[in-house]
Amino acid sequence: MLIDWFTVGAQALNFLILVWLMKRFLYQPILHAIDEREKRIAAELSDADAKKAEALKERDEFQHKNELFDQQRAELLSKAMEETKVERQRLLDEARQAADALSAKRQETLRNDAHYLNQAISRRTQQEVFAIARKALMDLATTGLEERLSEVFTRRLREMDAQAKEGLAEALKIATEPSLVRSAFDLPAEQRAVIQNALNETFSAEVHIRFETAPDLISGIEFTTANGQKVAWSIADYLLSLEKGVDELLKEKDKSIAKANSNPEAKVKPEPDAQPEPKPEEKSQ
Amino acid sequence: MHLSPDQIIFWQYGLFKLNATIVYTWGLMLLLIVGSKLITRKLSTDLQRSRWQNLLEIVVTAIEKQIEEVGLRNPRQYLGFLGTLFLFVATASLCTIIPGYEPPTGSLSTTVALALCVLVAVPFFGILDQGLGGYLKSYVEPTVIMLPFNIISEMSRTLALAVRLFGNMMSGAMIIGILLTITPFIFPIVMTVLGLLTGMVQAYIFSILAAVYIAAATRTRKPKAEPEPAPKI
Repeated sequence: MLIDWFTVGAQALNFLILVWLMKRFLYQPILHAIDEREKRIAAELSDADAKKAEALKERDEFQHKNELFDQQRAELLSKAMEETKVERQRLLDEARQAADALSAKRQETLRNDAHYLNQAISRRTQQEVFAIARKALMDLATTGLEERLSEVFTRRLREMDAQAKEGLAEALKIATEPSLVRSAFDLPAEQRAVIQNALNETFSAEVHIRFETAPDLISGIEFTTANGQKVAWSIADYLLSLEKGVDELLKEKDKSIAKANSNPEAKVKPEPDAQPEPKPEEKSQ
Repeated sequence: MHLSPDQIIFWQYGLFKLNATIVYTWGLMLLLIVGSKLITRKLSTDLQRSRWQNLLEIVVTAIEKQIEEVGLRNPRQYLGFLGTLFLFVATASLCTIIPGYEPPTGSLSTTVALALCVLVAVPFFGILDQGLGGYLKSYVEPTVIMLPFNIISEMSRTLALAVRLFGNMMSGAMIIGILLTITPFIFPIVMTVLGLLTGMVQAYIFSILAAVYIAAATRTRKPKAEPEPAPKI
């Protein structure tokens, strides 16, 4: 008999025991290990996915920030460029203005220098001219000339207009001290008498006078009342009036230069020297 | 010359006896259990693991996958029974390379015992899955007339299982034994290799057929849930 029933039973029992033991020692631990690993891998994968998502998010954020930063930088740069341009323009303008001012100042200084030099030359010339004239007239002045002068003086006294005559007469009336007649040279007695007569005739009164020599008159005679009224004719007067005229001319020239400076477009040409002829002047003070 | 290792009796007391079949079975059990215990002692749940753990994992997952492919929905429930069936038969065949070893599966008593286990396991899993009524109802389908045929089919397939395995294993051992007396050089080695192959194929067939029977018993009421894959035999 091939089948031994005791062995069959024993083998069946053995098999069942083996099933239980294998379950206990093989399948359960191995499957548990596999499950654990799979769980772990799944966890790691999900973690990796999460990290990837996070990284992507951060990358996007970073990119966005970068773009923003670039934009801001470009804006700032353009702004700075604009400001620089404006500042440069301003500085250039300032420099140009400063240069203009400096050059104008320099021109002004040059012009002033020229003007002062001109003035100095003019004054010097004037002084020289007058000095020469004075010297020449002094050299020429003689007693003969004095005679002629006294004649001219007396004629002038007589030809004096009525208003001036009255004024002088009034002054003479109230005068307590004698009037003064000044001449460049000592007048001889003869001429003194002529002048006395002429005065007496002119004012129809006895005029007390005293004579005095004044070389600064150059050549001429001057009659001064005690209260200061004066009738005079002298070359010094002529020269004074000439000087006055020249001074006025110079002043006018200065004014025109100043005007030209303040309005440089309107160029004022210096007028041709039309020196007015100094006229013998009669002063009554 | 023994036709079955049952005939080699080491010890006997009345009905109780200790023959080669039982002793070799114990040896195989010891080998399997101690081997499993040794390998699973230091299991790693990490990505890095030992070669032996890899081997066992491959074996276990392959069995699990095969069970799933047969059509059983929850393979882990059947892994203990079907996996052990395969491993026991396969180890019994593999150990034939050891001189003086007689495979316990070459004994009709062992194969009958295994077939009886399958015979019990099929209704056991069937009732576990669809209840006693549901399982018993499967015998009268499609009609009541089919009841005796179903019962005969149940019995005959169990017998076929037992005899198929026994015939293959016994013949392998017998051929080697005969060849050793005729041409004791080289040729028995070739036949041993062929015997290893047939042993592995028989282990596969035995466990797969058991799986198919269990699947047939558990799936009768849920045909629409999953299309039935063709069993690979």
